[in-house]
Amino acid sequence: MSEARIVIVGAGPAGVRAAEALVNHGLAPIVIDEAPAAGGQIYRRPPAGFARPARVLYGFEAAKAQRLHAAFEALRPRLDYRPDTLAWNVSEGSLWTQRSGTIERIPFDRLILCTGAMDRVIPLPGWTLPGAFTLGGAQVALKAQGCAVGRRTVFFGTGPLLYLVAHQIAAAGATVAAVLDTSRARDSWHALAGLVAVPTTALKGAWYQLDLVLRRTPWHRGIRPLAVMGRDRVEGVRFRDANGTEREIACDAVAFGYGLKPETQLAELAGAAFAYDGAGLWLPRVDPAGRLAPNVYAAGDGCGILGADAAELAGRRAGLAVAADLGRTVPPREIAGIERRRSAIRAFRAGLEVAFPTPTELAATLPDATILCRCEGATVGALRTVANHKDAGEINQAKALCRVGMGRCQGRVCGFAACQVLAAARGVSVEAVGRLRAQAPVKPLPLAARLP
Amino acid sequence: MADPQFVRVAERHRAPVAIVIDGRPFQAVAGDTLLTALLLAGARVRVAEFGPGDRAGFCLMGACQDCWVNLADGTRTRACTTPVADGLSVLTA
Ligand SMILES: Cc1cc2nc3c(=O)[nH]c(=O)nc-3n(C[C@H](O)[C@H](O)[C@H](O)COP(=O)(O)OP(=O)(O)OC[C@H]3O[C@@H](n4cnc5c(N)ncnc54)[C@H](O)[C@@H]3O)c2cc1C
Ligand code: FES
Repeated sequence: MSEARIVIVGAGPAGVRAAEALVNHGLAPIVIDEAPAAGGQIYRRPPAGFARPARVLYGFEAAKAQRLHAAFEALRPRLDYRPDTLAWNVSEGSLWTQRSGTIERIPFDRLILCTGAMDRVIPLPGWTLPGAFTLGGAQVALKAQGCAVGRRTVFFGTGPLLYLVAHQIAAAGATVAAVLDTSRARDSWHALAGLVAVPTTALKGAWYQLDLVLRRTPWHRGIRPLAVMGRDRVEGVRFRDANGTEREIACDAVAFGYGLKPETQLAELAGAAFAYDGAGLWLPRVDPAGRLAPNVYAAGDGCGILGADAAELAGRRAGLAVAADLGRTVPPREIAGIERRRSAIRAFRAGLEVAFPTPTELAATLPDATILCRCEGATVGALRTVANHKDAGEINQAKALCRVGMGRCQGRVCGFAACQVLAAARGVSVEAVGRLRAQAPVKPLPLAARLP
Repeated sequence: MADPQFVRVAERHRAPVAIVIDGRPFQAVAGDTLLTALLLAGARVRVAEFGPGDRAGFCLMGACQDCWVNLADGTRTRACTTPVADGLSVLTA
């Protein structure tokens, strides 16, 4: 019997555990990842020659990071692992990749997409200035490059990453000028019922907040960010505090974000159906095993933000689903165990959404002159104009008319906010304006990319 | 050149790598990305095509495409996912 060709995109927590489940069933997948080393975002490995121990790089998650890395190393002899390789299209049963300018078409029998997530961004005046980064970006600088993004950094937005990254930067000896959270303390209390589902994770979050207090870091909750200030680069942040007072804090860098947003472009090209999550995101529809479309599966944060532990479980579940669909016997007990743990995490995540609600209304109230699409330099006002005067009621139609979301990033960064702006301008629900469509290549290819 | 944006807070002991930024030599270290080197040297990757002002990257994870930079050989590269190499020469203006 010739062996089925199985391709996994992504070597983060989900992709590694999917590969492991397949190898345990005697299957040998191809694993594609754009990054130079396995680990994904949370367990991202620094380049060769870096000296900080796992404890310093990953904090409380060090043991998990080391387990995941070790699991992947053990699998390596059984995998066709292709790092530094971008997957940029799925079409007619093939995955298209690009590595060092060489393009390859990989026909697959089964495809598992474990593409993860990026920061959920809401633009504001000044956010394109040099010195303004995402929270995740500030963490990448520290973890994978040993750098702080500035001398005095203001962290703002909301979500667990806000506190985690501020804590990591402070622990590394750089100055956290302030932490400004759009959520309120009482949101956390309301969330307790959900958060206790995974008490250890909740306690870690509380520790990062306590650490801020111990370091006497200025910390405000219930804020509304107004602008990143500066002429040629970041010089400060203006915000309204919970009492309605406008304040400014001087800094030379900002890192901001409002939770995460799944990377769904490949899933879309693979034929996924999407469902609106009720809170601004469109998520690919998968069954509990991760089946997304014929012969295509998906797992991890790319299907909806549930965090790294859930990504490991979902990856394993999808790997087992592929094995089962290829006729291997998978013990039902194994599946039941995974599902039990996933449902506890789902309850916890629901709690996080309550504790750190995304302030979706921020986008709708942005001044017209604010840059919305940083690729194309298109403003909030330009989108409002086509919404009101050209009768563009659907996001792709509006994009064609004003170029918002048309740039190199395909609306990954501005799409979330653009839909909010358009919906508000039209007086309709966010769901009604639809979803920015993905196109191949999902990320830019080098001009000289060629077939071998 | 403008004051550096980034501050190296760890992993200082690595082999030097000599690159050229806008015609001037800059010493990075092995394992730096081109974006890191540019932001340790100054605060710009390029001038935005569709204005206004300079850009200096945003996501650092290959998602936002804000950090594409011109190389002296006429090609372009995404700075946050490109490791520095001896002799690499970039133009940010
Ligand atoms: C920058 C950042 C930092 C984070 N830090 C933390 C943290 O410190 N603690 C925490 O609890 N959570 C953190 N998170 C969230 C956490 O990373 C996720 O919950 C978890 O990693 C999800 O695992 P995953 O396997 O689904 O995806 P990921 O870990 O994101 O892995 C996805 C992988 O797929 C690859 N990939 C995606 N698209 C393609 C493509 N087209 N071609 C080739 N490869 C591709 C990526 O290179 C990546 O390695 C962070 C998220 C981000 C974005
Ligand atoms: S900074 Fe976002 S792609 Fe490089």
